[in-house]
Amino acid sequence: MSNATLTVSKIRSGTVIDHIPSGKAIEVLRILGITGREGYRMAILMNVESRKLGRKDVIKIEGKFLDAKELNLIALVAPTATINIVEEFEVRKKFRVAVPDVVEEVLKCPNSTCITNKEREPVKSIHKKVRDDPLEFQCMYCGTIVRVG
Amino acid sequence: MDNPYRGVDVISILDFGRRELELLFEYADKAQKYARSKIESLKGKVVALAFFEPSTRTRFSFEVAAKRLGADVISISGEEAISTAKGENLADSVRMLDYYSDLIVIRHKYEGAAKFAAEIAVNPVINGGDGWQHHPTQAMIDLYTVQKLFGTVDGLKYALVGDLKYGRAITSFLYGLTRFKPSAVYLVSPEQLKPREEVLTKVRELGLKYEVLESLDPIIDEVDVVYVSRIQKERFPDPLEYAKVRGSYTIDLKLLSRAKPGLKVLHPLPRVDEIALEVDSTVYAAYFYQASLAVPVRMALLSLILGGEL
Repeated sequence: MSNATLTVSKIRSGTVIDHIPSGKAIEVLRILGITGREGYRMAILMNVESRKLGRKDVIKIEGKFLDAKELNLIALVAPTATINIVEEFEVRKKFRVAVPDVVEEVLKCPNSTCITNKEREPVKSIHKKVRDDPLEFQCMYCGTIVRVG
Repeated sequence: MDNPYRGVDVISILDFGRRELELLFEYADKAQKYARSKIESLKGKVVALAFFEPSTRTRFSFEVAAKRLGADVISISGEEAISTAKGENLADSVRMLDYYSDLIVIRHKYEGAAKFAAEIAVNPVINGGDGWQHHPTQAMIDLYTVQKLFGTVDGLKYALVGDLKYGRAITSFLYGLTRFKPSAVYLVSPEQLKPREEVLTKVRELGLKYEVLESLDPIIDEVDVVYVSRIQKERFPDPLEYAKVRGSYTIDLKLLSRAKPGLKVLHPLPRVDEIALEVDSTVYAAYFYQASLAVPVRMALLSLILGGEL
């Protein structure tokens, strides 16, 4: 069984997120807000062989086209990910994700007395990127630094 | 210079550049003439004081400043006194105050509360202190005090002493110094209360050079301004650790016997025991003078924001 090929059919139209670091596929789905209950046909491959990464995860979502803003959020957990936009079995667009400069409602501020952590207040968490390596964001409300990854 | 304050929010001292602060100082000079009288330049305006956290100086001095300018004042203080005690959230309280007034001064225990309030309110919001983060109007008063005492904020040597981690007034003063050209800035605190890394990163980005020390002793004979804040006992997990550092941050006559002539001691108040009472009657004590400037500086700020003449 160890040498068996794991075959997953191509998707007709949709998005393929490739080169996700091994074991991070679930986090990628979480960051995209995809729960599986939306009804998309979806393949999640985990820990498959990769020439670039050794092991990698891949997500294929049929019928779902994510915009660049959504896709760039992936870079927070999977900076190596590449995106293939597929139409009629052909890759129409291929690009790498880029860490966004500002993220809204993605990161939770670790400061428990930050206003963004107060229930019943209509406030969104907003974080601005302050450093690439290590990747760090700063809460726009209380200034607390959040290290990502 | 056009009035850059008209209708703006005051969330952080970093919202303002040197020229804006100097304009405020000019207005504060003018306001001093009216510090014991009343004018009608803000007649018809309503200033709301929303203090969800205890305050004496900030609340009273804003109230006096607004009244001296002829504005009406509505105020709430303490969460228990208002609808939050009944479960109302901050957003709804701010909306309500925004309908009733022309400007809100807010103090809140949560960091970011003033910024959040400013996003909700149509009218200007002034941050009267948000958690451990910012206290911009205190920094304006402190910088103005230095300007009055020395004729300049530039070229002086500053020691900032005490709780540099959670003290919002002292942090805002440090941020304020980035707008000027001090010749030296010493940050003096026990290891546990050193400034937060994001604060140090910010001041470095803004080009301010500083030195971190654990004792005032080696520099007391060279600094011009010692800005003291309370060492907060409750921040220390071990009372013995607190006892160890406590004495080393007390400003007393023994320490000041080695001070540079002309040194001034500032403190945003309230003090507990970090400045010995014996210092009060010396030429070094500038903290009560500093507190007295709160009214003219806040008169200047309210006038500039609401468009009142001085």
